Amino acid sequence: MSPAADEASALSGHPRVLRVAMAQIAPKLGDVPHNLALHVEQIEAARRQHADLVIFPELSLTGYFVRDMVPDLAISPAGPEIRQLIDAAGPMSLVVGFIEESPHHRFHNAALWAEGGQVIHVHRKVYLPTYGLFDEQRYFAAGERLMAFDTARFGRVGILICEDFWHLSAAAIIQAEEVDLLLCVANSPARGVDGPKVRVAETYEQLATALAQMLGAAVIVVNRVGFEDGLCFWGGSMAVGPDGRTIAQAAMLDPALALAEFDPGELRRQRLISPLARDERLLLTIEEFHRIKRRRYEQ
Amino acid sequence: MSSELSENLLKINAELVAEILCRFIAAEIHRAGFQRVVVGLSGGIDSSVVTFLCARALGPQNVLAVTMPYKTSSEATRRDSQAVIERLGVRTVDVPIAAQIDAYFSQFPDAAQLRLANKCARERMTVLYDQSAAFGGLVAGTSNKSELLLGYGTQFGDMASAINPIGDLYKTQLYDLAAHLGVPEAILAKEPTGDLWVGQTDAGELGFSYAEVDRLLVLLVDRRWRRTELLQAGFATEFVDRVTTMIRRNHYKRRMPVIAKLSHRTMDRDFRYARDWGT
Repeated sequence: MSPAADEASALSGHPRVLRVAMAQIAPKLGDVPHNLALHVEQIEAARRQHADLVIFPELSLTGYFVRDMVPDLAISPAGPEIRQLIDAAGPMSLVVGFIEESPHHRFHNAALWAEGGQVIHVHRKVYLPTYGLFDEQRYFAAGERLMAFDTARFGRVGILICEDFWHLSAAAIIQAEEVDLLLCVANSPARGVDGPKVRVAETYEQLATALAQMLGAAVIVVNRVGFEDGLCFWGGSMAVGPDGRTIAQAAMLDPALALAEFDPGELRRQRLISPLARDERLLLTIEEFHRIKRRRYEQ
Repeated sequence: MSSELSENLLKINAELVAEILCRFIAAEIHRAGFQRVVVGLSGGIDSSVVTFLCARALGPQNVLAVTMPYKTSSEATRRDSQAVIERLGVRTVDVPIAAQIDAYFSQFPDAAQLRLANKCARERMTVLYDQSAAFGGLVAGTSNKSELLLGYGTQFGDMASAINPIGDLYKTQLYDLAAHLGVPEAILAKEPTGDLWVGQTDAGELGFSYAEVDRLLVLLVDRRWRRTELLQAGFATEFVDRVTTMIRRNHYKRRMPVIAKLSHRTMDRDFRYARDWGT
């Protein structure tokens, strides 16, 4: 790693509070031009609030139940749509959900981080749920990498997309990547209405709270709202500090541009109090996974 | 005994459900380019709940409650429908269906009661769809999850609608929602009936109450209990088997007509788009 990158990765060294805008939108299903305009509107609102980063949900440019529309809606991260958003974002960092077509015509459920006028990282959803109401493997190719990346202001960042967030291994890999901030962009539909709030929302809150503490990193979940084919996306986007406390949460069910402020010093303090990430034994983990691989796949 | 059995399996947070369903109604109506909704109001709990939800979601001026009595319809039906209309201040039109039903059956005087019942249900459907064109609103459905699973409804009759806010709520759960929404007490208190002939009750026709069957349905359908587990938990073999058969045999009512596949892309098989495509 270059010295510059090393410096960049020190989130705790950032001189001021960082402002994150969670753009909890209801995209129009299959209407990229409409959704682009909606993104620009939200980006402008986030800039007026002096946000350092604006995060849109999973598949924010297309909507969720894209099904046979997938090839018609796919774009390139180098294409004019993303360029328009990067230009609108100006000095602000940006996370957008979209359908990416690979040079080999594979279609990915993807999310990108852009800043400084360029795309820094693209995450392609690794775990495509194909059970119950979900049918993603029918339409999408799975991503093959769980990688973190260095950013200008937020240190080292990992992005997961919805179902990725529920897999312990994904979080473990992201932790081994030494992240300061874990993002989960989601399109989570409401299920379970017997409790004080939607059941799946409670589970997301538990996951975000637990993962923040276990990783010793900030966790932000951005979920969409609105309806598609009777499914209600519940919103409730949340920002959780590295101590597991909720910094900000958007309203349930309704569109919002919710602002969260992170004190970069909190990361250092929390790692002194609870040095779980420091004490992780990566080589032991790798050795154990190799042993399990031999037992499960090579005997 | 499984801890699941000691839970209130059918518990709902009625306000959370109402919040979701009102947003659903508004979202689906508006995305289709409409502002208004049409409901067939019988004075029963299902159509009353849907009327209350629609009024809350869209405003009473955007809801047309259509009453469609047949000559056997009870006084309670008229009185309870009227109570809902007055309570909410929704728009209303009364369209008696006896003339056209009787004209048709004058050709078939020996038709069985079930034919009359189904014909009435389908006649009401055509009235609702015609009124929807006149009023400029979509038809809201009133079939609940219990009825949809058991097939206790008329295909292309009361099961037909543009949007159905209550299709994922069991009848038992609708009582909680109705009470929360302020549906008149007389409607909550009366025995469920299709009011298709004098003295008809759902329990009389089905042979079990909704309280009994909803508990079985939620375990079987939602919690994925196996037959052996249900029998061990004390459900009667005949009851479990009868209900399981009803669910299976009536599945056709819950699907679009089956299409013979010939090409590479056939509707709903490999021509797959969301209903809310482009909205």
